[in-house]
Amino acid sequence: MTLEFGITFIVLACAFGFFMAWGVGANDVANAMGTSVGSKALTIKQAIIVAAIFEFAGAYLAGGQVTATIRKGMLDANLLSGQPELLIYGMLASLLAAGIWLLVASRAGWPVSTTHSIVGAIVGFAAVGVGIDAVQWGKVGKIAMSWVISPAIAGIIGYWLYISVQRLILNTSDPLKNAKIYVPFYIFLVGFVIALVTMFKGLKHIGLELSTTQNYVIAIAIGFVSMFIGMVAIKRLHFDPAADKDFHFTNVEKIFGVLMMFTACAMAFAHGSNDVANAVGPLAAVVSIVENGGEVAQKSAMPAWILLLGGTGILIGLVTYGHKVIATVGTGITQLTPSRGFAATLAAAVTVVVASGTGIPISTTHTLVGGVLGVGLARGMDALNMNVVRTIFLSWIVTLPAGAILSILFFFILKGIFS
Amino acid sequence: MARSTISSLFGSSPVKPLQTHMDSVQECIVELVPFFKAVIAEDWKEARSQQKKIAKLEGAADKLKRQLRLHLPKSLFMPISRRDLLEVLTMQDKIANKAKDIAGLIIGRKIILPEALHEAFIEYVERCIDASAQAQTAINELDELMETGFGGKEMTLMESMIKKLDSIESETDKLQVKIRSAIFAKEKEMNPVEVMFMYKVIDWVGELADLAQRVGSRFEIMLAR
Repeated sequence: MTLEFGITFIVLACAFGFFMAWGVGANDVANAMGTSVGSKALTIKQAIIVAAIFEFAGAYLAGGQVTATIRKGMLDANLLSGQPELLIYGMLASLLAAGIWLLVASRAGWPVSTTHSIVGAIVGFAAVGVGIDAVQWGKVGKIAMSWVISPAIAGIIGYWLYISVQRLILNTSDPLKNAKIYVPFYIFLVGFVIALVTMFKGLKHIGLELSTTQNYVIAIAIGFVSMFIGMVAIKRLHFDPAADKDFHFTNVEKIFGVLMMFTACAMAFAHGSNDVANAVGPLAAVVSIVENGGEVAQKSAMPAWILLLGGTGILIGLVTYGHKVIATVGTGITQLTPSRGFAATLAAAVTVVVASGTGIPISTTHTLVGGVLGVGLARGMDALNMNVVRTIFLSWIVTLPAGAILSILFFFILKGIFS
Repeated sequence: MARSTISSLFGSSPVKPLQTHMDSVQECIVELVPFFKAVIAEDWKEARSQQKKIAKLEGAADKLKRQLRLHLPKSLFMPISRRDLLEVLTMQDKIANKAKDIAGLIIGRKIILPEALHEAFIEYVERCIDASAQAQTAINELDELMETGFGGKEMTLMESMIKKLDSIESETDKLQVKIRSAIFAKEKEMNPVEVMFMYKVIDWVGELADLAQRVGSRFEIMLAR
């Protein structure tokens, strides 16, 4: 069977997907980069450049699994194979619903997550528009569980990272000397972990197939390269003993600033690997159905241009609107020193990258909140506003039905228009 | 512009405001030295203008105190107890209040100190102010303590500061005993009502050091938990 509106569908999907990617760039990225700007490790301009490069790299190198989950992992393809147009309407409706909900929610200042909106929307249209059985509830349940678990894991990692920083560096008799010794190892850790997780989950799609040993060797190599760059950067720092008069850790924090730059790259990479899928996944689903002549293909490679579109959308969102959000986030966080920001951000980045590798769409922002709270539990934060935790819980409860209801609505509208 | 989740997670830190408050308290009480010098010189015009200055600085500290209290909602998660923090703040504020009371009392009754005491008295006032300055130094360590999670070298440093504060305070006690006995020796020659108030002034000046010491011990309790 062929689809008479094939081109129209693709154009619509591109437009909606782009809109969604714009939203991710305008809002989500700011949260991901905010801690780096807030701790003064990066200027806003640098943050945008880092975000542009590493979001894209993350999406391209490690974003495949989550995209697969979004486009087909939550639905039962067999039930849809007879009626591919339903999936097309559904994915279009989901993109539109999630995009609009995000716009409304971020205007109102609610901490909603792109991931939750799109998952809610997809589950919504499938359960109501196609049938309750069309949803793979087991898989969706696992995803929902991971939304609670991921901030907790980031919290635990953040806690121990900060405790280790205190033990090895801050609480010693010569913090500056110890910072010069240990910070390069943390930089190694950043490069190594991110590279390893990314490679383990396969770089087959870019034509690289590696053995476990090769993975380790390359990850270690990347770790050492980062470490070397970091050491050069630390060497080039100027330490001013007078600056320590007012706050004794001013010079130590300069070294952590170098570390934070690496962590910021890791965070952007992690965010790209997980959140770009929210915009790109539904688009990829539509394109693959249309290109396969209406077949709901389970196995098909994702065209590179789709990722490019998603990446461009994020970039434009970042440049047109996101930089303002980064600025507010950055100036709002005065208590976040680079040593604290590093622990929180790295904890979140690692958690997100692991989730991306497993194909689980999680909320980067909420994971980062978990990381920050973990550092706070290690007595590392001056004052955290616990109301945010409550609003996050509320947003979980509200976002899923909101995304679902909107997408059901759009689903029936689209169905009415095209058939 | 909507606030992002991450930025709304961070509440306003109480560290700087607490330090700023202590700074302004100190700024207020150091004015007691020129005030007492004017009183001793019986330059009441100068003394009055100094007293006004002290009252004004006390008001400024009060304002800072109120601001900090308002910015500490219960939902704030801090590495220190909110109650302890507020108690340190209250103690700090009492120092400025006491300075204002001392100046007010002396101006109100035009108390004249016996000449033999002048030198000892100025030394006594200065030492009490030193005690408060020492408390200020300890409070100024708070951001470093936060950074290290209240452990290690910073904590030892802070403890030695508090110890020094205690020793300054006991010095002021000794000075107080000396001044009291000097007054006692001349008591019979003086106007009884004036003597009564003189003792009161001596008491209150000593309380400056007592309060400073209590700021220190409250601060220690706050960090110990």
